[in-house]
Amino acid sequence: MDKEYDVIVVGAGPGGSTAARYAAMGGAKTLLIEKRQEIGTHVRCGEGLARGLLDQAKIPIDRTWIAAEMDGARVISPGGFTFEVDEAKAGNEVGYVIERDLFDRALAKLAGEAGAHIYIKTAARSIIKENGKIVGLKIISQGEPMEVRCKIIIGADGYESQVGRWAGIDTNLAESDIMTCVQYRLTNIEVDPKYTEFYAGSSAPGGYIWIFPKSANTANVGLGLGAHIVKEGGDPKRYLDAWIAKNPKMKNAQQLDMIAGGCSINAPLDSVVCDQVMLVGDAARMIDPMTGGGIAHACLSGMEAGKVAAEAIKLGDYSKEFFQKYEKAWRSELEEKLFRNWMAKEKAMTLSDETFDTLISLLDKVGMDNISVINILKALHEHHPELLKEFEDLL
Amino acid sequence: MPVENVNKCLHCGLCVGSCPQNAIFLNEVRLDFNDDCIECGLCSRICPVGALTPGGK
Ligand SMILES: Cc1cc2nc3c(=O)[nH]c(=O)nc-3n(C[C@H](O)[C@H](O)[C@H](O)COP(=O)(O)OP(=O)(O)OC[C@H]3O[C@@H](n4cnc5c(N)ncnc54)[C@H](O)[C@@H]3O)c2cc1C
Ligand code: SF4
Ligand code: SF4
Repeated sequence: MDKEYDVIVVGAGPGGSTAARYAAMGGAKTLLIEKRQEIGTHVRCGEGLARGLLDQAKIPIDRTWIAAEMDGARVISPGGFTFEVDEAKAGNEVGYVIERDLFDRALAKLAGEAGAHIYIKTAARSIIKENGKIVGLKIISQGEPMEVRCKIIIGADGYESQVGRWAGIDTNLAESDIMTCVQYRLTNIEVDPKYTEFYAGSSAPGGYIWIFPKSANTANVGLGLGAHIVKEGGDPKRYLDAWIAKNPKMKNAQQLDMIAGGCSINAPLDSVVCDQVMLVGDAARMIDPMTGGGIAHACLSGMEAGKVAAEAIKLGDYSKEFFQKYEKAWRSELEEKLFRNWMAKEKAMTLSDETFDTLISLLDKVGMDNISVINILKALHEHHPELLKEFEDLL
Repeated sequence: MPVENVNKCLHCGLCVGSCPQNAIFLNEVRLDFNDDCIECGLCSRICPVGALTPGGK
């Protein structure tokens, strides 16, 4: 490792690797550090990925990290009503269930090939400031404490989001914007290998249960709960265990792995930059508050931040003002959707099981082909005028 | 400060990213708590697997 870099990227998830790749491609001398001993493991993810944004972030599709291609998704209400979104029929991009460990390593490889230096088992521990200016990071690399100097830090440290907070960017979350999750990879179960499934309602208060198939009899089966609703440590695991135990399709289920994790389900932050620092992906709290998906957003924001970092190095301007270029870029792609879905999530958290049943059977009636705000409103008006008021502000 | 049950913890970082004081650091397989902890109890309550107990020393 050298003593000085233009750009240091902290965290080699999809966001960090993509940022490092674009910074290096743009000519900046770039260091990418990852505190884990192996990039990509343990996988802390459901591994569902919509295709569209990947193309935007120019991530080449590589069959080695695709586990399964999906035809669509199903949302299932507590009473068993199902709304099916058939991606191909709806003309949408198909989705994948991926191998996150292989995916993350493929992206790190692209960063390395672009010229970034990569060090694993290397953790950022604090930011070094001199005369009020950031001059580098204190790190511990494979057991050795050291200091590395740099002009720009890209915080890609995921949900932990510590780099930004060390630098003074407020990424703290309200409790109702935290989803606390646990997931098993289960085998020997009955799954539809072509559909992802989401279960809403009181089996996962303030969140939902997901089944993302990896193959014909194996799937990631996970659950998230709204943190403000959780009463006691271990609740997510207890809820998930209870749900699996009463699911006949999973009566012979065997566990292949178990993970936990946090998802931010917030409205977009006011600012994800300060002088010399930009945040990307989960560190910038960019997960979709409705779907919990954040892989593609991490890649996209990583690309934009990497590009801006390289440009900033060329111009010698690492100011918050210059980084507005990055703010504009990611916001124009994501902000509106994130805000809209945060509003929808806030609403969904308050719905009773009966309302979920009503809503999902209604969506089923409207049908995917005709789905639009106006058609949903019409159907509500026709079948459930009593609910119209409740959803007015949303629609 | 909360006490970690290392036999339960899955090193997922949820408590780290949720702590309003940024008082926890995940050292791959062990959590470090620093003096900024205000014993708010959030991390213990929301840990997905119940690996934290509030209020050690
Ligand atoms: C249970 C669960 C299920 C999910 N399912 C899906 C899904 O199906 N689809 C989807 O799109 N998204 C999903 N997500 C969200 C998705 O995992 C994230 O959005 C995605 O990983 C974000 O990428 P990132 O690069 O921003 O951060 P991460 O992938 O979290 O990478 C951050 C990296 O930074 C490292 N790091 C942290 N601190 C330091 C430090 N101080 N020094 C050095 N390195 C550090 C970490 O070890 C980590 O490797 C899920 C999340 C959870 C918790
Ligand atoms: S939230 Fe629980 S499982 Fe996750 S790192 Fe913290 S103590 Fe461990
Ligand atoms: S008790 Fe509160 S302040 Fe202390 S570590 Fe846990 S979340 Fe942070």
